[in-house]
Amino acid sequence: MSFQKSLFIPLAAFLAMTIFLGFGFQLENAKVLPSALIDKPLPNFQLRDLQSGQMLRSADDLIGEVALVNVWGTWCPNCVIEHPQLLKISREQNIKIFGINYRDNNVEAKKWLKKYKDPYAFSVSDDEGTLAIDLGVYGAPETFIIDKSGFIRKRHVGPVNAKVWKEELKPVVDHLRGLEE
Amino acid sequence: MKFSWMLFVFLVSRGTVLASIDAYPFPNKELTDRYEELISELRCPQCLNTNLAGSDAMIAQDLRREVHRMLIEGKTNEEVLDFMYYRYGDFVLYNPRFDLKTLALWLSPFLLFILAGFIWLKTVRTEKETLPWEEEDEKKFNEILESRSD
Repeated sequence: MSFQKSLFIPLAAFLAMTIFLGFGFQLENAKVLPSALIDKPLPNFQLRDLQSGQMLRSADDLIGEVALVNVWGTWCPNCVIEHPQLLKISREQNIKIFGINYRDNNVEAKKWLKKYKDPYAFSVSDDEGTLAIDLGVYGAPETFIIDKSGFIRKRHVGPVNAKVWKEELKPVVDHLRGLEE
Repeated sequence: MKFSWMLFVFLVSRGTVLASIDAYPFPNKELTDRYEELISELRCPQCLNTNLAGSDAMIAQDLRREVHRMLIEGKTNEEVLDFMYYRYGDFVLYNPRFDLKTLALWLSPFLLFILAGFIWLKTVRTEKETLPWEEEDEKKFNEILESRSD
């Protein structure tokens, strides 16, 4: 009998490998890094306000209510694609969107916002990408949801479209707002 | 012949890929070596399978600058790796840390080794057990042969 059982060992090993590799390859396919910053406070920073070019902004200026933090740049094609959706959210959803203008030319960035309209409460100029690094950003666009105490509760990598907003972001925003009441 | 040329070009071009363009000045050889070591064991977050040394991605350039800054400030290798780990998680380390999430990764080779040893022992034992059977089988076999030859 034991001889027959041992016949299944290769099959079991094969199945185990299939399951492990299956999980492994799925992780790589998703091309999305799990964020190391979920449930951690928004990192502090001192960056210039994009529009004024003078005023310094810090993390405290973003904290107070549930809000979106969007990393964008004029060099980023997907940022143009997601822009109409951000405008729609800022118009219809009564939620503040803060912009992090990532490694960009300030003049070009201001022109860009004039051309495509500005959905942001304000944007800060992250010329060296230091705030982006503190946020674990590795490309643009990326969108974070912070709660009213300034803790990062959600991160989305890639453009925000109607589907992403409805299925991934809005439920988190609604949940966080529900907790406040 | 054509193939060996292709192989030659491939091997030569690989070397150039691993060299980063920006050169940061360091006051001494020890820091330069540590810089090279760190950027070769940190993975570029954007490129899935290139280290910081071998990537031209914007984020890799920025992270190399940060590694340089931290080394000049006198940070230890451990502090630099912590900085990256805190922001980019396990992905950024080519030498992953031992914790609950990477437990399977670290322990599976040992478990597989033990399992293989167990299977090997079992096979050896069952082979020994089947030896007396073979004698009986041979008897039966001879009987069949004899009955056939009639």
